[in-house]
Amino acid sequence: MAKLDNQTLIGALQDQFGDEISGGEEPFGLLTIETSKEKILAVLRFLKTNKSLQFIYLTDITAVHYPTQPLGMAVVYHVHSLVHNVRIRVKVFLDEVKPEIPSATVLWNGANWMERETYDFFGVVFTGHPDLRRILNVDEMEVFPMRKEYPLEDPNRVDKKDFFFGR
Amino acid sequence: MNDLKSNITANRLVFDDNDPQDELVTLNLGPTHPATHGVFQNVLQIDGERIVSGISTIGYIHRAFEKIAEHRPYYQITPLTDRLNYCSSPINNMGWHMTVEKLLGIEIPKRVQYMRVIIMELARIADHIICNGILGVDTGAFSGFLYVMQEREFIYEIFEEICGARLTTNIGRIGGFERDFNEIAFAKIKEFIKRYPPILAEFEDLFNRNRIFIDRTSGVAAVDPETALNYSWSGPILRATGVDYDVRVNEPYSSYEDFDFDVPVGENGDVYDRYMVRNEEMRQSIRIIAQAMEKLEKEPKGLFHADVPEFYLPPKEMVYNNMEALIYHFKIVMGEIDTPKTEVYHAVEGANGELGFYLISDGGRSPYRLHFRRPSFVNYQMYAPMSGGMLLSDAIINMSSLNVIAGELDA
Repeated sequence: MAKLDNQTLIGALQDQFGDEISGGEEPFGLLTIETSKEKILAVLRFLKTNKSLQFIYLTDITAVHYPTQPLGMAVVYHVHSLVHNVRIRVKVFLDEVKPEIPSATVLWNGANWMERETYDFFGVVFTGHPDLRRILNVDEMEVFPMRKEYPLEDPNRVDKKDFFFGR
Repeated sequence: MNDLKSNITANRLVFDDNDPQDELVTLNLGPTHPATHGVFQNVLQIDGERIVSGISTIGYIHRAFEKIAEHRPYYQITPLTDRLNYCSSPINNMGWHMTVEKLLGIEIPKRVQYMRVIIMELARIADHIICNGILGVDTGAFSGFLYVMQEREFIYEIFEEICGARLTTNIGRIGGFERDFNEIAFAKIKEFIKRYPPILAEFEDLFNRNRIFIDRTSGVAAVDPETALNYSWSGPILRATGVDYDVRVNEPYSSYEDFDFDVPVGENGDVYDRYMVRNEEMRQSIRIIAQAMEKLEKEPKGLFHADVPEFYLPPKEMVYNNMEALIYHFKIVMGEIDTPKTEVYHAVEGANGELGFYLISDGGRSPYRLHFRRPSFVNYQMYAPMSGGMLLSDAIINMSSLNVIAGELDA
């Protein structure tokens, strides 16, 4: 079997999706592409089911918050082709006020908790997810704590002010 | 007899339910149950001894490491990684150092890489010891556990010799180690290579052909490779199903490509296969450590970090007596050194599977975003679905063989 390099990989994706795919940087050899939330399931399904690619292993789903960008919420998928031993990173930028993206649980059962974790910390709603609840935080929590607007500690706390320590 | 029957029928009407003998019992397994080996809860519906359905609740020791990491300089994140899988902290430490080194483009000398391999393989053995030992305890065999726990203690003594700590080790720095291994550490590692294989053999003698152990584990919680891959399993439990995915081989880090070792795979993916895979991995780890010790002989003595003064924290006595060291110390601690604005994903083979670090840098002293791909978290999500139809006692053994570590589960 011919070795699958990033060039053939992005070629195959562009043949299939054309302009729907952008990006194509390779930080540390890991091909990173961007797509839209309308196309993300099609892209992931293509990666998974295409006979010459076979990205059958979902490594990770997470999100990144960029409050200064117009589309401020990036959902990041790491997918791995165990056959070719190649990884790919797929990013989707969403509106940060009401981020919504179709759930990848239709492709991988393993996406279930990864998406719940992403929802829990960033508030990304995965439509079609069978059981989208908080997973690590308490159910009563009202905020999505990994968003950048939430500070690590309460800024109004006085017991940690420097003057208590002679500084 | 007839009276009894009519009573039951009457009961059915009163309770507006099915036959009361069919009534399901709700059982809380955890959050603090001795058999769960950690703080997490399963609410099970049981029909007699058989589990009908279950719901996992996790997050009892969630400590918001990803949020904390966004506010800390890179070198202060190492102690956070200790507390992920606290049974094999050095693997997490090394994985984190290697992620940052990949980001910063630091070349690590071969000797340091081999030292790291030794530490990581010792940690893997310690982790597998506790998993397999406790699997024995859960099946009712306490003695095997005692045989191997003594050796785990010896590994912790080696860690103590190298870094001063035992469990949450905080070994190493970005760029290498904080100090060289001393003579006692090398002597203890050499002793360990000699004394562990016979003890492992003894441990296996107690279990491998033990009728009770085989009855309890063989065929229990068998998983086929397709399901395991679909649920993104990794590590020994994936290899027990027959998939030979090992990050050490697929994407060698820290010079694993220089070593000659086998990746054991199982066949049925049941508890017995997972036990066997872990045992064989311990043997392979010993092989790797022995090779690394040989290779270390050929490397220059006393080299324990890369020559990168702008990233490697200088020793304290240098800071007080040497101008350059003081400057670099100041620059590192105050975050004056630019880091590349990019993102990196680095995976290591943790004791439970693929431990990934997804790090996004915005050029500052702390990560813009750091995400841990924690194997226990990903592996454990199949637990409740696969418990359906299982006996309660089998589910306990299944949990034990998944080796879910609460710290890694919750991050």
